[in-house]
Amino acid sequence: MAGDATKTLSNDVLWGGGRSPFSISYGKMMMWFFLVSDALTFSGLLVAYGFVRHSTTDTWPIGEEVFRALPGLTGSYPLIYVALMTAILIFSSVTMVLAVEAGHRMDKKGVIKWMILTVVGGAFFVGSQAWEWSHFIHGGGGYMTTSDGAKYWVHNDTHDTHDPSNAPGFHLVPAKEGHYLVAADGAHHLDHDASLKLWAQRVNYVDGANMTHNEYGPPQYANFFFFITGFHGFHVFSGVVINLIVLIMAIQGVFHRRGHYEMIEKAGLYWHFVDLVWVFVFTFFYLL
Amino acid sequence: MERDDIIEYSLDAHHSEEEGRKIRRNIWMVTLLLAVVTTVEVALGAYWKEWFPGSWGAVKLIYVILTLVKAGFIVSVFMHLGDERRNIRAIILLPYALFILYLLWIALTESNFVHWSWNTWQ
Repeated sequence: MAGDATKTLSNDVLWGGGRSPFSISYGKMMMWFFLVSDALTFSGLLVAYGFVRHSTTDTWPIGEEVFRALPGLTGSYPLIYVALMTAILIFSSVTMVLAVEAGHRMDKKGVIKWMILTVVGGAFFVGSQAWEWSHFIHGGGGYMTTSDGAKYWVHNDTHDTHDPSNAPGFHLVPAKEGHYLVAADGAHHLDHDASLKLWAQRVNYVDGANMTHNEYGPPQYANFFFFITGFHGFHVFSGVVINLIVLIMAIQGVFHRRGHYEMIEKAGLYWHFVDLVWVFVFTFFYLL
Repeated sequence: MERDDIIEYSLDAHHSEEEGRKIRRNIWMVTLLLAVVTTVEVALGAYWKEWFPGSWGAVKLIYVILTLVKAGFIVSVFMHLGDERRNIRAIILLPYALFILYLLWIALTESNFVHWSWNTWQ
């Protein structure tokens, strides 16, 4: 019978030579081959990031200075939000592996329970990434430069980047070169009048981030942020869709009738891979 | 609409309640380890200047090692690669390692050169 899992393999599944060299099903082996090729793609992206960062002569942004905001809070929480995203994804990976374990015991209720939690965790991660992108694109107020090349961080109470000089609390802070939103050593916040005077002399105002310029550092920094986290985020999104389909099939009892829950394992391989990639993105993009 | 033209089998598709308890305990141990490692990484990112002033190179090395530890546990326990046969482990890991070790080496070499060129000739 198709799908019978037993240690003595039936003749149907043996290879041409009468043996099974890998003792792994066709579906799982192909999923692994796909994951190897996908891992090469992600490695290529991260190595390209490392190449640019290592070869550049510009100062490069520091992760804990750029990513230090939490939704609805003011103040500085370096990397806490990214750590929370990491925790959500690891939690979701754990529920996935528990769903696989339940499937091995033919425990349909357990599979459904853990798969629901996995889908919820994945959706939370995608939502968190949407907030982070939005925050990255809007930025922390931007900077302006004067004709002599001096750089000032632009602050105001409402994070207005369209007309900051008219926003309440507008003031400039002399920037510390190469540090995002950090004041130069010994520098004080300029008062409102001095800030307005300098604002009128600006030759350049950069706020937020897009593909051609960003307030954090060299253009490639934002480009790599969009491309690497975007490519990973799309993997998470498709993983959530796949997990949802598999969950519906489990609820309908498809796998129970089939006699095994290997489909959960295959979806699980993909889902753990997404978590694996995030572990590397977290280290090489955010921490280093 | 059960398809019976796909022949599937897996050596370890089933296990008993007893084995399940052991496997679950292992899963929770690995979860704890991953959580602790991530916490250490974030704390190191926030406080390394106070804890180890001036040793960014060593902190970077610790990050790479901790990342590889995490990746190893995810691949071998969560993805069950540790439970597969040696043949399939080798066929997955060796080609990947071959390409990526070369890519890392060539990218580091060339980026050093590009950096030096820009500093020298720009």
